[in-house]
Amino acid sequence: MSATTTRKTSNDSRNVQNPPPVARKRNSLAKGHLPRWAVPGIAAASLILGAAASTLGGFSVATLAIYTAIIFVIASTVITTLVEGPRQGRNALATNLVYAAFLLALIPLASVLFTVLQKGLPGINTHFLFHSMNGITGAVDNASVEDGTPVLGGAYHAVIGTLLITLWSTVISVPVGMLTAIYLVEYGKNGPLARAITFFVDVMTGIPSIVAGLFATALFAVLMGPTARMGIVAAVALSVLMIPTVVRSTEEMLKIVPNELREAAYALGVRKWRTIAKVVIPTAISGIASGVTLAIARVIGETAPILVTAGLANNINVNVFGNWMATLPTFIYYQILTPTSPTNVDPSIQRAWAAALLLIIMVMVLNLGARLVAGLFAPKKGR
Amino acid sequence: MSKRIDVKDLNVYYSKFLAVEDVNIEIEAKSVTAFIGPSGCGKSTFLRTLNRMHEVIPGGRVEGEVLLDGDNLYESGVDPVTVRSQIGMVFQRPNPFPTMSIKDNVLAGVKLNGKKISRSDADSLVEKSLRGANLWNEVKDRLDKPGSGLSGGQQQRLCIARTIAVKPQVILMDEPCSALDPISTLAIEDLINELKSEFTVVIVTHNMQQAARVSDKTAFFNIAGTGKPGKLIEYAETATIFSNPAVKATEDYVSGRFG
Repeated sequence: MSATTTRKTSNDSRNVQNPPPVARKRNSLAKGHLPRWAVPGIAAASLILGAAASTLGGFSVATLAIYTAIIFVIASTVITTLVEGPRQGRNALATNLVYAAFLLALIPLASVLFTVLQKGLPGINTHFLFHSMNGITGAVDNASVEDGTPVLGGAYHAVIGTLLITLWSTVISVPVGMLTAIYLVEYGKNGPLARAITFFVDVMTGIPSIVAGLFATALFAVLMGPTARMGIVAAVALSVLMIPTVVRSTEEMLKIVPNELREAAYALGVRKWRTIAKVVIPTAISGIASGVTLAIARVIGETAPILVTAGLANNINVNVFGNWMATLPTFIYYQILTPTSPTNVDPSIQRAWAAALLLIIMVMVLNLGARLVAGLFAPKKGR
Repeated sequence: MSKRIDVKDLNVYYSKFLAVEDVNIEIEAKSVTAFIGPSGCGKSTFLRTLNRMHEVIPGGRVEGEVLLDGDNLYESGVDPVTVRSQIGMVFQRPNPFPTMSIKDNVLAGVKLNGKKISRSDADSLVEKSLRGANLWNEVKDRLDKPGSGLSGGQQQRLCIARTIAVKPQVILMDEPCSALDPISTLAIEDLINELKSEFTVVIVTHNMQQAARVSDKTAFFNIAGTGKPGKLIEYAETATIFSNPAVKATEDYVSGRFG
């Protein structure tokens, strides 16, 4: 649109310089164009109309936004169709719908981040980060509410538990998942076994997390007796959830490694397993790393399988092979469901929100870490 | 450093489909042999059977014998890995390893096999191989940069350097210039002429001028029709193939009258 305007001005100035007043020839290829102010203009008009419409049935920001959006989409489509033609009109409609969907998807994300930051930040302090709930009773919370002293008790034990359990489930699922994917892509060759594995991996992807938890509990009940609840049981439950994700993403990444690279290595007299280990996997490692991170992010927030496998602890436990453990999700769950002080729930709610913020930060750090790893390992470009 | 290849009654299959039928050919040591023929006639397929790369493709198998200085490549008990370390291959599209530097690409055959090599030996092998591929002067200042940053022609010469670094007896080239511009093609053709002094070279090409320029002997492959197997029609001195072929089909093909 800016191109049109500049062309117009330069034509005008040329007409001024060349006296013979030839009528400026219209470009036969050009059609009607909406002026530049049309979109903001329609938006402003829709906003006014939307405000009017929303006041009719009791004003609220939500109805204002909805009415404005609807009026804008209809008005801009109709006006563009009238001025620029039906194809441009359909283009305007599709463009607006795409943007609307994008904004709609952004709302929950922004809202979650905002709420968690708003409610969680007050609870984040060094005491919260480096102390467990050990010895924090209802009396302590009552005292801090009545005297206005800082809330005591923290999520240190839950952070430790989350990190340890996630670490162990990663240690279990990454080798299993990666080797499965290597079998599927490099050795299985779409044979009956490979097809069966693919099918069951797909089934596993859909397993409800509580079922994975029950499976791990049952497995360890058989192995170690019915009361076996500890971190490693939770790690096994989570790895049941992680393995299919790791298999899937690794498989996709290995598939897009060009066959030419494998053949190049074979032609140099390199054995198949060395080709896989030193050519195929390094080429795909950045994608595999981000796939593993996504798998970790999927399980780090799991609550139900942790509750049935690792129980709940208020004290710090760094031994995944003995005693109950807490993780951030179970910590949040219990702080909300059974506040430490039933009469004064505010300290518990504050701790829950702070723990939620910690969990989001952990997932974010994990994602950033994966990007870093991906960047470090990615095939190098440039001269 | 170079061996001859004798092929006896070779049939090449993709699963049940017979792709190339009954090939008999003797390839001299320290010579350049060109395979020409229309697309789909099986010359690339046949080339890949010469270092057992054909069986990498699912369903790929052969019947018959390929003798490298008298030793049958397809005898039971022969490890394809040993065969491939003696008979190297350069592919149609340059395929340097994207995760490796130029230097590591040249050393790939050594390093990927987990062999220990001293720093000085590695450096001299890199220089010798890159000089052998006429690439040393262009890349000597950036050996640690990624190989994928080179131009297409340079990448292809890097792949040749990588192949000669493992000191094979024979080098197979599958249309090595088809993705390159004329100047890079010329560089590769010059290189093939030099490689002849040390290696046996077999090259598949669609470019008949190229076959005429670089090869000592030329083999013409043809196919009777879609779904029929490719056959070796004529194999003779390059000059004979291009000036006085014995078979009508060869004459039609090299003079541009076919079909």
